[in-house]
Parts: sequence; C-alpha cells; structure tokens
Amino acid sequence: MEVCGSSNVSLREFGCEQSLLSRPDGSASFVQGDTSVLAGVYGPAEVKVSKEIYDRATLEVLIQPKVGLPSVRERSQEQCVRETCEASLLLTLHPRSSLTLVLQVLHDDGSLLSCFLNAACMALMDAGLPMSCLFCGVTCAIDADGQIITDPTAAQEKESRALMTFAIDSKECRVMMSSTKGSFSVHELQQCIAVSQKASEKIFQFYRDSVKRRYSKTL
Amino acid sequence: MKITFGTDYGCCFVELGKTRVMAQVSCELVAPKESRPNEGIMFFNIELSPMASPTFEQGRQSELSVKLNRQLERCLRNSKCIDTESLCVVSGEKVWQIRVDVHMLNHDGNLMDAASIAAITALCHFRRPDVGIQGDEVTVYSPEERDPIPLSIYHMPISVSFSFFQQGTYLLVDPCEREERVMDGLLMIAMNKHREICSIQSSGGIMLLKEQVMRCSKIASVKVSEITELISKALENDKKARKAGGRCGFAESMPQERITALKMDETPVEMTEVTDRANDIVQKAEAPSQTVPSPVVPVPGVGQVGQGLQNTWGLEEEDEEEENDNSGEDEEVKETKMEVEQHDKEGSKQEDVVEISDSEEEEVVILHPETPDKAPKHTGPSFHQKGAAASKKKQKK
Repeated sequence: MEVCGSSNVSLREFGCEQSLLSRPDGSASFVQGDTSVLAGVYGPAEVKVSKEIYDRATLEVLIQPKVGLPSVRERSQEQCVRETCEASLLLTLHPRSSLTLVLQVLHDDGSLLSCFLNAACMALMDAGLPMSCLFCGVTCAIDADGQIITDPTAAQEKESRALMTFAIDSKECRVMMSSTKGSFSVHELQQCIAVSQKASEKIFQFYRDSVKRRYSKTL
Repeated sequence: MKITFGTDYGCCFVELGKTRVMAQVSCELVAPKESRPNEGIMFFNIELSPMASPTFEQGRQSELSVKLNRQLERCLRNSKCIDTESLCVVSGEKVWQIRVDVHMLNHDGNLMDAASIAAITALCHFRRPDVGIQGDEVTVYSPEERDPIPLSIYHMPISVSFSFFQQGTYLLVDPCEREERVMDGLLMIAMNKHREICSIQSSGGIMLLKEQVMRCSKIASVKVSEITELISKALENDKKARKAGGRCGFAESMPQERITALKMDETPVEMTEVTDRANDIVQKAEAPSQTVPSPVVPVPGVGQVGQGLQNTWGLEEEDEEEENDNSGEDEEVKETKMEVEQHDKEGSKQEDVVEISDSEEEEVVILHPETPDKAPKHTGPSFHQKGAAASKKKQKK
C-alpha cells in the first residue's frame, strides 16, 4: 500500500518552559498542541547500593499519569524513554550515582510518548547533564486512507490504522527508539521514518532557539 | 498565589509561592457502599510525586503522605461540603464515585494548604456527565450530547497552616520548606468563608494557649475570605474564557515574556523528497538479500534452509538480532538482515513443526511466510522472553 506523499503534514504548535520548578536539578514543561508534560530531573545523586552500577550512573524514569496509579502502560513508556536517554547520556562520567527523571502528564491529547521524549530532553539539558547527542520524539499515524499524519491528536490517533513513535538523534538523524502499534507495510514504515526525520529538524531548531533565547542578554 | 485551570473540567493548578500542586477530578459510575445506598462516594488521593522533592519515593507510603491524605479527607469529607446524595443515580445500584487526585509538583513548604485549595477549586470546576433515567435504563450522555453538570457544593473549606517557634513565641503563617524544617509545631485550621471551622489539627507537641488559638483562628478567617475571593475570581475568568470559545489549559497559561519559555506556531513539514527517499531505502534494502548464502531465497517471502539439520547458529544470532530490533533500530541494513533471517526461521519452522510442539513455549503460531512484516512483530516477544532457554533447548535437540 503506497502512502500518498503529497499531503501536507504539520506539527502542532509547541512550547517549552525550562527551570520552572525550584527543587529538581532540572525541569522543563513541554507542550504540543494541547498535550502537555512536566519533567523533573534529579542527579547525579546518591544511589542505593542495590541499584548501583560500578562504572556508570543508574537512570530511573518514572511516569505519573494524571488519574490513578501507574500501571503497565506507564511501565512500557518508561522503558522506551529510559532506553533513549541511556543511549544519549554519557553515563560513564558519573559512576555509582543515580539520575532520576520524573514525568508528569498534565494533559493528554495525543502524541504522548513523543511529548515525554521532548520534555525529557529539555529537562536533561536544563539540569546540565552531559549528553552525546540530543534526541527528540516524533509520532506518526497512518489513517484509514493511508495518509501519514504527524503529531496526531487523540481523536486522530483513535481513527488511525497504525501509530508509530520514533526517537531521533540530533547528530545524524538516526532512529534511536521506535514504538509502534497497528499494522503497516515496510514502505509505510520507511516513509514514516523519513517524515519523522524531516520533522525532527524542526524540533531541533526549536531546541536551539529556546536555549539561545535563554542565554542571550536580550529577549 | 496563582490559580490556573487545565483544558478539561476538573483540572486545576495552584502555585503557592514556589510550591506547585495539580489536582484532577474524575468520576465513574459504581455500586454504592452497603451502609449508604443512596449516597455517592468521594475518594481522595494525594500523590507525593518524586518530582516534588528528592526525599519523596515512588510507591512508599511515607508518614507525610498518610498525614496529608488523612487531613484532606477530614477537611473535605467530614465537613460535608459536597452534597453526596445528589450523586446518587439509582439508589442501591449506581452512584457516582468522584475521585480527586492531587499531585505535588514542587515542595517548597505548606503542601497541605496548597492541596486543599487545589482540591476544592478542582471540585468547583468539575462537571459531571448528565444522566437520564427511563424506568430501569440509565443513559449517560457524553459532553457533546448534553452539557455536563457541576457538582453541588455547599461551602468551600480551606486550610491555613501556622508554624510555631520557640515554644509559641513566634508565629508564622504559611511556612515555606526551610521554615517547616526548623519549626517546633504546626497548627492547621480549616475554615470556610462563613467563619465555620471545619477541622483543626495541632501537631509537633507544642502546648498552645487559648488566646493563641483564638488569634490564629482570626487570622485564618481573614486569609480564608481572601483566598475564597481569589478562587471565585479565577473560576469566573475561566468560565468567561470557555464561553468565548478560546483555548484554555496549561498550554495557554504558559508565560510568554520569560527568557526560559518559548513557543512556536504550527509548522508544516516538507514531504517532497519523502517518497523518493523511502523508495530508495526499500530498494537498497532488498538488494543484499541475495548475497547471503545460508538461507536460500528462491522467491521473496519464502525461505528455505538446506536439507537436513536445522541451522542453530542462525537461530541464535537472530534471537540477538530480535532483541536489538525490539529496543532500537539503527540502520536499515540490520532490518533486512532480520528479514532474511526471518525467512530462515520460517523455513526451519516448516520442517520441524513436531519438535516445536514439545517445547515449553506457550503458544507457537506458524505464520505464513508471505508476511515477513508481521512475523518479527509476533514471534519477537515470545522469543525475547524465552530466547535463551528456547535456543538452548533447540541445540540439545
């Protein structure tokens, strides 16, 4: 099944605020359309002996849903985020320490996992943790007609045939993590990856702009 | 103090100095309690998120968390500020259960006050779905069909905390985190704007004189009326904004003028090269499949391993490949190798169907080899879990 390549895909408006919480070492809130997520990072800090690793830092990711206690779905999202972060953080610089990343859902209107990834990256940047590359998350949905939609809303996600989230790195735009749901062909997968790589350029430009704004002397 | 609301009804953010708290109210139809068949159920939950303070741990019910939960319950439930009888739908069978989740986002002292303000504001802001009863049938209308109804709230109890130093000589209202750490004792008074005391709690073991308690309650009544003013104003503003049809929520309330905040509008993504690039990649991917000698691929989609013994090396390798693939794909070349080895597995599966049925795997589905895309996704997980054991077992066989 070929996906129509001439459709207009766009990313919803996004916004970010860093250092908004006083207690965590790094914090950021990331907003994509109506989906908003708050991330807080503590680290490097002391680690429990049972969890320590002798040559690197132990990264722990906690995702708090808005209603109720964390369940299996949050655990699988935590694993996706944790693997991406471990791939980009220079953990060997802080052996026997712990890094804790806490993500709180403020509102879920689709593309939640990519919002988690973006908020996590901004919070890690805000905390000043050394990273080998930045990463961003992009969600693609393939709807019933075969059109690719990036950054879908909750309503669009419900109607879609397949939903994919990719974590893309900043150095070479390669895929660091992928999480997919639904059925799709190899062609569609490759097209979604290519679209996500294009979209990630915009997000990385946004990272650059926000950090530039923060360290500039004038607004 | 700042109060903002989220996008959906029942979501409220409160900033008390640097302490930040979020409350969310949700509702569900459940069977009522045996002892009270015509009253709804209120459930409060305060989550001390590990984000709020490095000392808060996930999942541990610390003393502080138990104390805050108990205080909030006493303040809101025992004071009967919500009319629970109005939450009844079918007496004895279906009532509304209102659940209030309060998440602590940043702990800079006085979590109790912030939590009580957030909880009562969220309850005032919340709208429950409309319900229609025809005889025995109960229909719950979605927000699009019929406007949701607010809860009936009699009064708004708000708690005010006082901290004492030096055996009651010094008194501080609304202590921040550092002040809390060195205080001698804490007095919490929950009042509503009609000057009715809903709950008093004194902890820390200081002895208070009658005059001190009276003085505190006077200060509390002044504060409570101010806070109630602020809450009603915030609710009014939010109602106006929603009526005007504007977007409301955390996204809108993000401050723009700060140097640490940035917002970008909707941006289109250029798709011009996408189909070409994708086609290139897929074609390049299909080419190398012929250079791998071990599995013979006469036709794409059908794999055949040579006659005789199965290729256990191939199976072991592809278990690793699958594990890698599950956690991250680096390059498309790996993906094709996976596909090719998938064909190999398909072939071997076709031959030794009998052997596999003896293995300890729960379900073995022999997939049609013409669907190489579905194959990795399906057999992946079962192999991922028992990869090591299965491959060892196959080697023995």
